[in-house]
Amino acid sequence: MDDLLRTPLHDLHLELGARMVPFAGYAMPVQYREGVLAEHRHCRAQAALFDVSHMGQVILGGRSAAQALEALVPVDVQGLAERRQRYGFFTNESGGIEDDLMIANRGDHLFLVVNAARKAADLALLEGAMAGVEAVTDRALLALQGPGAEAALAALVPSAAAMRFMDVAVLDWQGAALWVSRSGYTGEDGYEISLPEARAVDFARVLLAQPGVAPAGLGARDSLRLEAGLCLYGHDIDAETSPVEAGLGWAIQKVRRLGGAREGGFPGAGRILEELVKGPARRRVGLRPEGRAPMREGVALFAGEDEVEPVGRVTSGGFGPSLEAPIAMGYLPAALAEPGTPVWGDVRGRRLPARVAGLPFHSVNYRK
Amino acid sequence: MKFTEEHEWLRAEGELVVVGITEHAAEQLGDVVFVELPEPETMVARGDEVCVIESVKAASDILAPLDGEIVEVNAALIENPALVNEDPLGDGWFFKMRIAELGLLEEYMSEDEYKDFIE
Repeated sequence: MDDLLRTPLHDLHLELGARMVPFAGYAMPVQYREGVLAEHRHCRAQAALFDVSHMGQVILGGRSAAQALEALVPVDVQGLAERRQRYGFFTNESGGIEDDLMIANRGDHLFLVVNAARKAADLALLEGAMAGVEAVTDRALLALQGPGAEAALAALVPSAAAMRFMDVAVLDWQGAALWVSRSGYTGEDGYEISLPEARAVDFARVLLAQPGVAPAGLGARDSLRLEAGLCLYGHDIDAETSPVEAGLGWAIQKVRRLGGAREGGFPGAGRILEELVKGPARRRVGLRPEGRAPMREGVALFAGEDEVEPVGRVTSGGFGPSLEAPIAMGYLPAALAEPGTPVWGDVRGRRLPARVAGLPFHSVNYRK
Repeated sequence: MKFTEEHEWLRAEGELVVVGITEHAAEQLGDVVFVELPEPETMVARGDEVCVIESVKAASDILAPLDGEIVEVNAALIENPALVNEDPLGDGWFFKMRIAELGLLEEYMSEDEYKDFIE
C-alpha cells in the first residue's frame, strides 16, 4: 500500500474507519465501518459522500477544442450548450471504446472527467489531437449522491439547488471555487464537485456533518452503478466492445450519425454507424439469476442447461442490495437479448438458471 | 473452541464438531450475501471445499477441517446469510460434523494462539 498514490482525503478516510484497497494505482476506501450494504442503502435513502479524486480531470482550453474532441468521440460536443454536461466515450479504429467520460462545456473551455485507470492513455490521446490540454492535478473530486444530496449541498451553497441533471456551474464556498455538476454514477440525484485539494478535507467534513450524509466507498459505488445499469470501463465496456453493443447508442447524437451534419469523423465510425442502423451482433443485457448465488464477472453464459458452447459472458455481477437479489450484466447474441429469455450461467461447475432483464435494475432518480 | 489457519472455529458439541468462521474472517469478508451449504450425510475429507460464502466483494470457500461426515447444516443461513456477520460465533455457524475422535481437534490453535496468528 505504501507505493500507492493517495487522494487529498486519505487521512480522513482512515479517521472514518475506511478499509483501504489498491485501485488504479491509488489507495482508495472500499468501505467504511458500516459496510457495503449499509452504505449502498444509505445512498438510496439519504445521501452518500464518495471520494472520486482518483479520476482524471482535464481541461481542454484550445480555441477549437470542441471540434478537435469530436475527432475522438462520437458525441455532439460542438452542440453542447454552455454550462451543460454530456456523457461520451473515446472510440478506437476498430469501433471499440478506449474510455468513457463526462464532457462539460464551461464557456471558454471544456472540462472532462475520465477514469482513473485510463488517465495517462486519455491524456496522450488528447495531446496527440489538439493543443491546450491541461491535466488538473491540484483538485479533489467528490461525489455526493442520493435523494438528500440537494439539501446537503444547498446548505453550503444554496444555488446548487437550482441546478438540473447534467448542469454544470462554478459555485463559491468560502472562497473556494467549486466546479459542480449535477450528475453522478449511482442512479441517484446528486452532484460531483471538483475543488482545490487544500480545501477538500474541510469541505468533506462540513458535508459529512449535514443531516443524512454518510461516507461510502468503492464497494457501494460499484453495487449502486450496477443496479443503475451503468457500465464500468474495463469490465462492461473495453477496447473490443462497441458503444452500440453496449447499449450506449443514445449517447451518439443524430448530428454524428449517418445523414447528420457532422456524420462520422471519429475512430471506428464505419462499424459504429453501421451497427446503429443494422443492430449489433451481441448486446449488453441485464441478468437476474433465479437463485441467490451471485453470477460474477467471467461467468460463462449458455443458451441451454446442457449446451457445451457458451454464448456470452458476465461482465459485472454481484448482489443488488436494493433488490435484495443477485444481479449481473453481460453480453449475449442479439437473438437472446430480449428480457425474459432464459439463460444458464456456469457457477463453480454448475449450470444455474437466470433470465435476461431490462436495465436499469433499479429505477433512476435524476432531477430532470 | 479451536481455530484453523483458514479462520474457521471448531467447537465440540457432544460427540459432534460445530464449524463456523471467526469474527476476524467475517469482518474481512464484508457483508455475506449468499451461502452454499453441503448436503447432510456427506462424507468429507480434510481440505475439501464444503461451503461457499459469497460476500459483496468475493466468493470464498470453507474447507472441511477434518475427515468425517456432515450431519447437520445451518439452513437459516440460506434465507439470512447476514447471520454470518451478525453472530459469526453463534447463530452464524455453518455445519456440524462427526469425526473419528474429538481428540483430533487438539492439533488446532487455541484462542490465544489464533489471536497471535491474525496479528
